Amino acid sequence: MNFLLPPDQWAMLFGGLRTTILLFAIAWIGAFALALILVIVRATDYRVCRWSVDAFVAYHRNVPLLVQVMFWYFAMPELLPEGIRFWLYDHNAEFCLAAIALALGSAAYQAEDIRSGLRAIPGTQFEAARALGCTYMETMRFIVVPQALRISLPPLVGRALLLFKNTSIAMAIGVAELTYRTREIENLTFNTFTIFGIATVLYLLGTFSLMAFGSWLERRATPGRKERHHA
Amino acid sequence: MTQSVIVRFDKVNKWYGQHQVLHDVSLEVKKGEVVVVCGPSGSGKSTLIRTINALEPIGNGSLTLDGIAVHAKGTDLNKLRQSVGFVFQQFNLFPHMSVLDNVTFAPIRIQKRSRAEAETLARDLLARVGLAEKAGSFPGFLSGGQQQRVAIARALALQPPVILFDEPTSALDPEMVGEVLQVMKALARDGMTMICVTHEMGFAREVGDRVIFMDQGRVVVDTTPDLFFDAPDHPRVKRFLSDVRGEH
Amino acid sequence: MLEIIQDYWLTFLIGQYPNGPLGGLAMTIIVAVLSILMSFPIAVAFAMARLSAFGWLRAASAGLVNLVRGIPLLMLIFWCYFVIPIMTGYAVSGFWTLVCALTIYEAAYLSEVIRAGMASVPKGQTEAARSLGGGYFLTMRGVILPQALFNVLPGITSQFISTIKETSLGYVIAVNELTFAANQVNNLLLTQPLQVFTILAAIYFILCFVLSRGLSRLETSIRRKRGLL
Repeated sequence: MNFLLPPDQWAMLFGGLRTTILLFAIAWIGAFALALILVIVRATDYRVCRWSVDAFVAYHRNVPLLVQVMFWYFAMPELLPEGIRFWLYDHNAEFCLAAIALALGSAAYQAEDIRSGLRAIPGTQFEAARALGCTYMETMRFIVVPQALRISLPPLVGRALLLFKNTSIAMAIGVAELTYRTREIENLTFNTFTIFGIATVLYLLGTFSLMAFGSWLERRATPGRKERHHA
Repeated sequence: MTQSVIVRFDKVNKWYGQHQVLHDVSLEVKKGEVVVVCGPSGSGKSTLIRTINALEPIGNGSLTLDGIAVHAKGTDLNKLRQSVGFVFQQFNLFPHMSVLDNVTFAPIRIQKRSRAEAETLARDLLARVGLAEKAGSFPGFLSGGQQQRVAIARALALQPPVILFDEPTSALDPEMVGEVLQVMKALARDGMTMICVTHEMGFAREVGDRVIFMDQGRVVVDTTPDLFFDAPDHPRVKRFLSDVRGEH
Repeated sequence: MLEIIQDYWLTFLIGQYPNGPLGGLAMTIIVAVLSILMSFPIAVAFAMARLSAFGWLRAASAGLVNLVRGIPLLMLIFWCYFVIPIMTGYAVSGFWTLVCALTIYEAAYLSEVIRAGMASVPKGQTEAARSLGGGYFLTMRGVILPQALFNVLPGITSQFISTIKETSLGYVIAVNELTFAANQVNNLLLTQPLQVFTILAAIYFILCFVLSRGLSRLETSIRRKRGLL
């Protein structure tokens, strides 16, 4: 394949794309899991728990992601036990630390999105379910959480989109993802427009498919939407 | 009678998709008249009044305001609308402006009159609707009745020859209906030309010159209040009147 | 850590100025304020276009906004970095490249915020203004926009905070802003990254946190004054 770029450059680019997708997938799964934990911890009665979650969220919302990434890359290894540090340096430390930083940053926002979804469910829904004889867990599982997820879905999709785009920040600490590879090839060939054009199209494909997936999910999660369209 | 016609509908039709909301409407309103438009919900009375200042387009037919074809292509709607006041069911005061600024908005920003002149006029109008002391308040602090009276003052600020009311008391709590009707009656007695979509039958009887009854987009009855209330001969009018009076 | 602050606080605040170029926090704030000010009118125009009566205008503006929102800011910065000099024929400083990219990027996001605000103003407000004889632009300027912008003040605030944070990406094209200054200090000290990056994070945190709190206070007080609470 010699279309637009020589094959070795295509290989570099797709290697970068693979890293971008991997980084996004790992960071997103970590972020979502952590967000759920944060929401549950925040909901407990202990002031220390609430306070620490709030502090965690405030830190990640008010400090630039690039600085968070740099913090993990330059500063955090100092705090880690020697064993873990050496293990990291043997196992693509840039990638691991970038994934951690991206996951933590996105988790803070996702936790807030889920929490506002939960708060949007009127207390009467909870009372109605309990009045029908549902247990606390049943009420949460069948009544509250499904409604809350539906409300949180659009902002969560938006967060996923941002996370996908923000993986490009990992290039600043040398993770060889798509933006990094793009710059590398540009430096090599000065074929600026072609290489940046291709990278841009690849990013657009990624974000647009995420958007499409998001709206498919939203359609599926909204029963009765079809009927309303006809009315 | 030498009174001049100010609003004239001539065979006006209007559709929403397949549904016809105005059906061959022809009627005239003369200067100084107070016309009450009533009818069951969905009868087209709100649509009718909203076509007069072109908030709603018409399908065909002709509609003139003071001799100007409202829905003709070249008509300067902004200029036309300055000569017809409109009072909404939901008041629609501008919540980000004080009461005084609501009333001076059109004179200052549309008619380009001086602030001093506009404020004198506005304070005068607010006094007429009994709200002189509220000039500096924001609409959010006023009751529904007070907001509607401000809305009337705002509509009067352009000194229009005719003023339209679209169910001005329907959104009000019952205890506030009286204060708004009082302002409207005072206006009527001063000789203002008014077209009011309303179910306030007391108002129609007391100051109305004519009552128009609409049903399914047609003008069914166009008569005097006395005949309308005391000798209704149309079955739909009878049913309507008994519904409004709460007789079942 | 206190020692670093004592020795380098001027670098963090204003870079090498007055002996060299202005940088540090001052530069960060200048870039953020300039970008948001420039993006604002563009965002308003795009929001109006997206709600316009003309289908082609709606489609064109939606396409452009989604295009910008679909690519990473870093990509946009590189585009500006490479394309502006080629298009204009002049070498453009990193400062203007960053301001340009941030303006475009923020205009796209801000236009969505403002569009939501305009859509949330009840239809009756437009009808009232039009009934008084107000034209499209007077209705927009006098009635719709003041309410729409006020309603989405929290969204505008958070967009502004985002912009402040995004200026840090200027580091990648060597714009002399706060993150860049911190990295310079880090390179001088070599052995104290934990302290340097803690200071860096703390400065951003204080700036953004105080700003968002302050602006939401301001909003509450205006709401109270207008009887909207």
